[in-house]
Amino acid sequence: MLKTSTTDAIPDKKVNATHRHSFRLNAKDKYYAAVFLGPSLLVLGLFVFYPMLKTLYISLFLTNTLGNTTVYVGLGNYVNLISSPDFISSLFVTLFYVFAVTFFTVALGLLLANLASQKLPGIAIFRTLYSVTMGVSVAVAAIFWLFIFNPSTGFFALMSSWFNLPVMNWLTNPTSAMWAVIITTVWMNLGFTFLILLGAIQSVPNTLYEAADVEGASSNFQFFHITIPMISPTLFFVSTITIIGSFKSFGLIDMITKGGPTNATNMLVYRIYKDAFYSGNYSKSSAEAIILTVIIAFFTLLQFKFLEKKVNY
Amino acid sequence: MSTVLTNITKSYDSEKPVLNDINAEIQTGEFFVIVGPSGCGKSTLLRMIAGLTQISDGEIRINDKVVNDLPPKDRNLTMVFQSYALFPFLNVWDNVAFGLKARKNTSQAEIEKRVNEALKMVNLESLKDRKPRELSGGQRQRVALARAVASDAKICLMDEPLSNLDAQLRIKMRQEIYALQRKLGLTLIYVTHDQVEAMTMADHIMVLHDSKVQQIGTPAEIYKYPANEFVASFFGVPPINILPAVKVSNGRINVNNDFEVNIDQQVPADNFKVGIRPNELVIEQADELHANASVKSIEFLGDEKIVYAKMSNNGLEVAVEVSSDADFKAYDTIKVSATEKVLLFNGDGVNITRNAEDVVNA
Repeated sequence: MLKTSTTDAIPDKKVNATHRHSFRLNAKDKYYAAVFLGPSLLVLGLFVFYPMLKTLYISLFLTNTLGNTTVYVGLGNYVNLISSPDFISSLFVTLFYVFAVTFFTVALGLLLANLASQKLPGIAIFRTLYSVTMGVSVAVAAIFWLFIFNPSTGFFALMSSWFNLPVMNWLTNPTSAMWAVIITTVWMNLGFTFLILLGAIQSVPNTLYEAADVEGASSNFQFFHITIPMISPTLFFVSTITIIGSFKSFGLIDMITKGGPTNATNMLVYRIYKDAFYSGNYSKSSAEAIILTVIIAFFTLLQFKFLEKKVNY
Repeated sequence: MSTVLTNITKSYDSEKPVLNDINAEIQTGEFFVIVGPSGCGKSTLLRMIAGLTQISDGEIRINDKVVNDLPPKDRNLTMVFQSYALFPFLNVWDNVAFGLKARKNTSQAEIEKRVNEALKMVNLESLKDRKPRELSGGQRQRVALARAVASDAKICLMDEPLSNLDAQLRIKMRQEIYALQRKLGLTLIYVTHDQVEAMTMADHIMVLHDSKVQQIGTPAEIYKYPANEFVASFFGVPPINILPAVKVSNGRINVNNDFEVNIDQQVPADNFKVGIRPNELVIEQADELHANASVKSIEFLGDEKIVYAKMSNNGLEVAVEVSSDADFKAYDTIKVSATEKVLLFNGDGVNITRNAEDVVNA
């Protein structure tokens, strides 16, 4: 017994020693490293890192209509943006949109997932229905909701006429246009969020609920004290995905409001696109893109920090 | 004041029932063990007492109150699950306090008092801030016990609570559970597939098999006077030897056509079996002419040895307990005989030993 334990211990140290050495790569190792890293470095470099660095570079210059840099202005573009009320309002519009979308997506997804995780006959039908938006393309969703919002033939107009309410033109009023975009985005996101949360809820061991049943916990108590804490890692995952995703929302906005009316739904990404490809102001749009990247990086970092601390059990 | 099960039946769909016509009375404050092989419905029976599974037919009474349609929380009992059902995101203290907080009718001071007392009772005070994943299997088991202790329910249900522990820890926890039950005067209904657990802890044992109750009795009754062949074989290690027998004359039977045994009771002419515990079989070295069996293998257990022998007549295998000094080797030819302490079973496996009938039918 003693002998085996000592022989166990010695190789352990040896392993550690060789492990330290292994970071000094020899020529052969370097060759293999290059071969394995090469393809992804090439693709990422070409389509991610180079454009990112180029964007950073352009944002420090003025550009002509062809996108070529002309005059170096340092942080001039950034200063202009931060002092422009137009950009600041766009920033707040984006933040409002992102948080409204995330809140409603996660809340509704959780509600539906909780409903669909009940053991009832025919519940599989609802599981399919609730997750169906995963298969709908942005374009189809936009057209679909444009029909619903249509003030003369839309479903909302029809409902208003049933209850003798004034017909609302959703897409021409700045406030309601924002909500129209939020509703559409939440609807689009819901399928994926629902499915992920449903999976999380269903993987909570049933004995936890049975133990709580025996101990006398009501179903509300069980939801807030078992389900929510048990699925908190997943809740944070879907929140992060939704936040990042809605910062990058473009398709729905382009098809439903085109950033209007009066810039009420002019989110950052849409603004970047218009500044670059409509106004030909490449340097300004590059600076905006860098600001957006920093904001998203910040939220991602925040989420990860939080995830590490709070959600791990 | 007791838990009474009357004609309990459980069937899924219209198939053969999982449990059929179960009757039992569990006295307040007793350690009642439900034991049986896997799939005999013992966990289902426990879950029906808890209210986690609906009963198909029959009646469960707890303290003279029919609880058939009461939800688990209104039955005033606690349950310890095989998987312990600890909340991974709560520390030990909060896990124990969970039920008290959930019921919302206990003051904060009372909760603290009860939880601290429960943790003290299972020796977990020093670990109260740990999360379940930072505990060993035995410690997790203790948390689950503390949760049952902290509740003021007087009936505690346990579903194979020791099956995830290693053998040594199992013996230790067995003693702790037993001590705890005595100390608190709990009515403990305990499900296990392990006959040793049942024998060592129970006041009364219910043996379930084939969706029916085979026997209810004290460990001694079950061991000495098993109701039938199944119960006889289920208890005891190594299991009892069951051999065919025929009547030779009044008071004498021939076992397996190999040896004869004296008995002081009437027996049928044929078509019956004898059950002989390994320690009631006697073996001695014999030359080939007088031998009726040969040694197949030997297990050394310390104070005794178990000799597995093959009867020469029909190749049936028997286990014989001998002193560890006894000198037997594989392929030795031996002569097997038995003391008079044998059990008799009729063709249907029912115990027909005299004395047994009174006990079994009592």
